[in-house]
Amino acid sequence: MYNPQLNSHGELAHLLTIEGLPARILRQILDRAADYVAAGEQGTKKHGDLAGKSVFNLFFENSTRTRTTFEIAQKRLSADVFSLNISASSTAKGESLLDTIHNLEAMGADMFVVRHSESGAPFLIARHVRPGVAVVNAGDGRHAHPTQALLDMYTIRHYKGDFQNLTVAIVGDILHSRVARSQIHALTTLGCPEVRVIAPKTLLPRDVEQLGVRVFHDLDEGLRGVDVVVALRLQNERMNGALLPSANEFNKYYGLNEARLAHAKPDAIVMHPGPMNRGVEIDSPVADGKQAVILNQVTFGIAVRMAVTSILSGARA
Amino acid sequence: MKTQHPSIVIRNGRVVDPATGHDAVADVYIANGKIAGIGAAPAGFTTHETIDATGLVVAPGLVDLSARLGEPGGEHRQLLQSELTAAVAGGVTTLCTPPDTDPTLDEPGLVEMLRHRADTLGLARVLPLGALTRHLEGRELTEFAELRDAGCVAFSQADAPLIDTRVLYRAMQYAATYDIQLRLRPQDVRLGADGVAHDGQVATRLGLAPIPTIAETVAISTIVILMKDTGARVHLERVSSREGLEMVQAARSYGLKLTCDVSINHVHLADIDIGYFDSNMRLSPPLRSVSDRDAIQHALLDGTIDAICSDHTPVGNDEKLLPFGEAQPGASALELLLPLTLNWADHRHVPLVRALAKITSEPAGLLGIAAGTLAEGAAADICIFDAKAAWRVTPEKLRSQGKHTPFAGMELRGRVRYTLVDGRIAHQEPGAA
Repeated sequence: MYNPQLNSHGELAHLLTIEGLPARILRQILDRAADYVAAGEQGTKKHGDLAGKSVFNLFFENSTRTRTTFEIAQKRLSADVFSLNISASSTAKGESLLDTIHNLEAMGADMFVVRHSESGAPFLIARHVRPGVAVVNAGDGRHAHPTQALLDMYTIRHYKGDFQNLTVAIVGDILHSRVARSQIHALTTLGCPEVRVIAPKTLLPRDVEQLGVRVFHDLDEGLRGVDVVVALRLQNERMNGALLPSANEFNKYYGLNEARLAHAKPDAIVMHPGPMNRGVEIDSPVADGKQAVILNQVTFGIAVRMAVTSILSGARA
Repeated sequence: MKTQHPSIVIRNGRVVDPATGHDAVADVYIANGKIAGIGAAPAGFTTHETIDATGLVVAPGLVDLSARLGEPGGEHRQLLQSELTAAVAGGVTTLCTPPDTDPTLDEPGLVEMLRHRADTLGLARVLPLGALTRHLEGRELTEFAELRDAGCVAFSQADAPLIDTRVLYRAMQYAATYDIQLRLRPQDVRLGADGVAHDGQVATRLGLAPIPTIAETVAISTIVILMKDTGARVHLERVSSREGLEMVQAARSYGLKLTCDVSINHVHLADIDIGYFDSNMRLSPPLRSVSDRDAIQHALLDGTIDAICSDHTPVGNDEKLLPFGEAQPGASALELLLPLTLNWADHRHVPLVRALAKITSEPAGLLGIAAGTLAEGAAADICIFDAKAAWRVTPEKLRSQGKHTPFAGMELRGRVRYTLVDGRIAHQEPGAA
């Protein structure tokens, strides 16, 4: 099947989604990230991979952590970094998405990192950029958040070694979650034998099991014996569309607390893509507890984004 | 259309008339804008012009139940001219145009103006659909009887929501008073709120907001129940799901005169064709599953679906080259309706005469108009095409100002050589002589 992310040599030309990427490319990214982590531990923070290249971060939707870690990663690779916060409303009034892209190309952009509220927006951009310009999806609608999933895979591999014998549970608002979709594709591609999703029926998309997951509606049952627990952010506006009655009821039945976590393996790790809603999808004793690796995810995120940026700039040479 | 009509003879074509089942090589004689005879020349016939149709099919002009022409609203872009040129280039000689124009077709004056402007062009015949509610807002009824007298053949909400069931109920009661047909798009817009793609595996993978099948079936059940109560004549526009078609069959088994159509896009495509967010596949109703598409193909054969329409909607680049969910739904299809129908017939081994019925005699019958036939005395609206000629769909070459189609790059068979409207050549393929 045609894959818009790979060039004719099977190398990564854009990073738009995890779906359809071969395991060798995911491992290449994780291995490259490990090199940057190791170099950092030996005192080498700065690299010259992107010297003279211009990277534009286009955030059509707000973000703090993702944007900051991308900027840090790009600067550590010596890129010239330009970050634009473009609210969706201003583009709706004036310049179209593609006009914005073509203007920035005319300014010499080599890479775009794009976050957009519409699923698929980075694909549209990738289809219309000049050859040699790379597009990185930094989160599009409900669709994908590939660098988040990759940093999660890095974290899991760091703590658990490999994916072959793991059971991973993703808890919460799967329906609206681009993180969950990308995690599911990454885990199944890397050989994780059991991925579970745990949520009430209103927060699960139709036919989700066809993504290769087991569906649970009971949190305790779903957490039984798992090695990795991922809690997803529950946004407050979910109470509006009659998807849930209240944050309190969600917390009572699907919130991660110490008693619930006891159903998982004793050495299970707890992850969260952030930002956390403490007291909703995760309680503070768990978020701050010894099984939590949430801040380590953030740290690894820089190395993973360095790896993606570096591979994309080199794969086109 | 007031000048003298030439007498034309179309020689040696395969004359296919779905209305009568006629399918044989014959000559067709045209005089005074009407079919004067098939086979032998009528007494006193003087030939002014001869069209050699050897190797070609001579069929009634196509009757399209829904094609958007962009007027009122697109006058500055001369949309009416380009879209009606596209119609005759596609062999379409009669078409219904939905009321979701700017302004909406809810005043007799607007309807008369549109008909007048279309008549002046002398291309395809335009049958306006009146707005069911004022400004299509779903609150107040329009003047059905006056709009009918002005030329509206039926009344429709187009794709606009009609949320208030009481308004729908009253509209059906009132329409039944005058035996006026309502054309309803079955959609519960609240169930499909914010949705852009069929609620299935593809939307789940791509993270596209879903429009569930129940948005269609719940609406059909409401319509059927109100039909039983009011006796209104209802035609369902663009049924898209297997379950929806099953409900149409069930309603007919109760004796209700419920008819329906599908768009040619839905005969061929399914949600998997969205691929990586191809906004050419952004349509309304959404493309549903492969199983739904198979059900549509089957329902065309068993008669559950009465007609195929183009659902032609010209969309500009500014509205289409956008992320999938932001792109305007719709596709250009007037020039593709015939070849895509032939393509379906080829794949399903449907005889030509039966396939053509879905785009000629059957839609004409639904409209209650004397079109879609080659019967002696009928208006000489004729489509002459080469059923075997292969051509590639090149969007820039479409005559429509809408250059977006899901079938771009596809090789199709079936090319219109001549289109006659009212006994005059309204379209002639360059090179055909």
